[in-house]
Amino acid sequence: MSTPQTPGIVAGRLAPATIAENFADIHPLLDAHEARVAADRCYFCHDAPCVTACPTEIDIPLFIRQIQAGQPQAAARTIFDQNILGGMCARVCPTETLCEGACVREAAEGKPVEIGRLQRHATDTLMAAGGHPYARAEPTGKRVAVVGAGPAGLACAHRLAMHGHDVVVYEAREKPGGLDEYGIAAYKTPGGFAQDEVAWLLRIGGIEIRTGQAIGRDITLEGLRAEHDAVFLGMGLGGVNALRAEGEDRDGVRDAVDFIAELRQTDDLSVLPVGRHVVVIGGGMTAVDAAVQSKLLGAEHVAMVYRRGPGRLSASAHEIAHAQTAGVRVITNASPVAVHGNGAVREVEFAYTEDTPDGLRPTGQTFRLPADQVFKAIGQTLDGAPGDLEVDGGKIAVTGAGRTSVPGVWAGGDCTAGGEDLTVTAVAQGRDAAEDIHAALTA
Amino acid sequence: MANLASEFLGIRSPNPFWLASAPPTDKEYNVVRAFRAGWGGVVWKTLGLDPHVVNVNGPRYGVVYGADRRVLGINNIELITDRPLEVNLREIKAVKRAWPDRAMVVSLMVPCDEDSWKTILPLVEDTGADGIELNFGCPHGMSERGMGAAVGQVPEYIEMVARWCKKHTRMPVIVKLTPNITDIRFPARAARAGGADAVSLINTVSSITSVNLDSFSPEPMIDGKGTHGGYCGPAVKPIALNMVAEIARDAETRGLPISGIGGVTTWRDAAEFMALGAGNVQVCTAAMTYGFGIIKELTAGLSLYLDDKGMALSDLVGRAVPNVTDWQYLNLNYVTKARIDQDSCIKCGRCYAACEDTSHQAIAMKPGRVFEVIDAECVACNLCVDVCPVEDCITMERLAPGTLDPRTGQVVGDGHADWTTHPNNPMSRAAE
Repeated sequence: MSTPQTPGIVAGRLAPATIAENFADIHPLLDAHEARVAADRCYFCHDAPCVTACPTEIDIPLFIRQIQAGQPQAAARTIFDQNILGGMCARVCPTETLCEGACVREAAEGKPVEIGRLQRHATDTLMAAGGHPYARAEPTGKRVAVVGAGPAGLACAHRLAMHGHDVVVYEAREKPGGLDEYGIAAYKTPGGFAQDEVAWLLRIGGIEIRTGQAIGRDITLEGLRAEHDAVFLGMGLGGVNALRAEGEDRDGVRDAVDFIAELRQTDDLSVLPVGRHVVVIGGGMTAVDAAVQSKLLGAEHVAMVYRRGPGRLSASAHEIAHAQTAGVRVITNASPVAVHGNGAVREVEFAYTEDTPDGLRPTGQTFRLPADQVFKAIGQTLDGAPGDLEVDGGKIAVTGAGRTSVPGVWAGGDCTAGGEDLTVTAVAQGRDAAEDIHAALTA
Repeated sequence: MANLASEFLGIRSPNPFWLASAPPTDKEYNVVRAFRAGWGGVVWKTLGLDPHVVNVNGPRYGVVYGADRRVLGINNIELITDRPLEVNLREIKAVKRAWPDRAMVVSLMVPCDEDSWKTILPLVEDTGADGIELNFGCPHGMSERGMGAAVGQVPEYIEMVARWCKKHTRMPVIVKLTPNITDIRFPARAARAGGADAVSLINTVSSITSVNLDSFSPEPMIDGKGTHGGYCGPAVKPIALNMVAEIARDAETRGLPISGIGGVTTWRDAAEFMALGAGNVQVCTAAMTYGFGIIKELTAGLSLYLDDKGMALSDLVGRAVPNVTDWQYLNLNYVTKARIDQDSCIKCGRCYAACEDTSHQAIAMKPGRVFEVIDAECVACNLCVDVCPVEDCITMERLAPGTLDPRTGQVVGDGHADWTTHPNNPMSRAAE
């Protein structure tokens, strides 16, 4: 059996039971009593700041009051009315920077109402009861193409189906779910929840998902426009930024998103190889997820290295603290210079940096970290805009509720400019685009 | 540490905390545990004549919860003791002999005829008990048989039975009053007229705690049916405080010793009852919820409070009674305005919602969720203070006499002015 100290990239560094425990639900479901106690802490604020902070504007005080009043399923309905992926968002939202960060009890006591966990209590209760809470309107005879079965596409498809339109979702990968299925740390959404949620969402009817259909490869925007009354693009970001450091093509260097996707698709994590010395380059959520999960798989040393200062990390303070508690060493103000090794990576060389008014500057000092596995998590890019859509800052330009520069084509989620790249933001954009499409189709 | 030794009707106890006549005082076993824990005395669970009553064999308690299943109120459909009279008398005697420094009062309920009382009183006297409490309050079961609240709701019966008891025993007689009446002063006056040495109150409030919305039966449910029970615990304390105060300040009952009962949970509750005129307090629900161990908090807390105030226990009794008055005598020149401390405000907006929706639109919500009182609208109702989750964030500040009240456009008057002299009062007396 391997151990954390075994050199190279190997599987089974920890006992299978330990790995299973490491990847168990990070925030287990609140039971009914725990939920009521947590719900009792809500002040039912006037014009509540938590609602303002939620990209989907869920009426949080209302759903918490419904839990308090013993009706978690009514609470779930309040949530799903605004956010059909409320179950996933309850698990993966960075609540500490959104609703819980805005909670008046966070300001008052540093202990916000546990909105995320309460939301999960409500949505899980409703979903466990089976059935689907929404019915379709009379068929309109309109057909809408949705590209990408991630949060934006699914939210858009569900809302369109609810209004009576027929929807075909074209998904490049084998499974729907987008980053909920292929990204995001496994311990945030264990038990195959992403697929369960998609199956539950599809129960509304009127939505067909075609997998293995990538835009630009299997389908074209022009083709979709010809065959549908409207098109929604929510295919996310397919490209990955390059490190631009010498030796980046050495064995053992890979994109963090690929590692996370492979991890998410591996049923038995004790067969998933990981390095002894893992270096993750980047300062966002993808970097945190890659670093923490490497550690949980049994890597002896994991460092997450970010080129700018700690104040610029895009992962939240909560997530950084989580990584540090898991044993990840977080290094800031260090930019990769070269990946050293003979065939396979052995060391990564970094230059210390400092933030100056004129931008980031190397201090002249360097250091090396031993590495047998390097994950690049320095941002994703749109892999070329389909058709001749206008682009803004490397992403699809939109105005209003996701209208692109091409008539009849809407877009939302990570592939568009504007909003944070979060599941909840994608849901809001998909939902709002659906309403706009519906208005356009029924005008 | 302040001395908590208490004397009520000449009955001595090491502290003024007695366990009320209820399940905790039904047996020697329980009472000995209570005395070991430090309780000052007990009122033994109500005795009746044999054959002893029976209780239901299903649930006998219902409950009302606050947050985190905190017990706010319990309702019960239990009757008086369901053990033979002889067993209870034997145990009372044994306990009193073993614990001579503790108060032992025996609660009684027998049919409304002189012979019944004449029969039971010597038996109780023989136990060495310190006194008796007449249970004229039990609102369920016994009242249907012409006892308990059925007596307590008719002042003439109270007076009659109290008189019989005074005639047939040398023991002090406490009359326990039911709150299930319209004006507590009438039964209290009747007790005094009958020669009772004291009243104790309140007994439980007739209640249905909840309805099961699946079986459509009241709780506690017995085979699909329910009946009203007696409600007690923190939820009834405000009702009890008022009734105690009414008796303490009534011209006809002033000076009549009162044993305060109703939701005493912490030392503070006890101090409040005593400030309103109770000579001691009786506790039940708190003990039933948390066990006898709470007596340590009750005694230590009351003692510390008295030390802080530099008061003896006897100084506390009735201290607040002179400040209980009728509405018509409240000073209309006492003009206050709500003040919001912006530093402690957490911006929840509850004051705003409450005032805007249900009061006087006297709070402005400004950019950045800043909430400010509009003095020209504030009637000083106190609702914002009550709903604010932060203690002392909103306070009521008095406008000094001579300043302008922007709401009324009038200068706040000096001295006292009340409804009795107000020009709008058709009955007002001309100011002299």
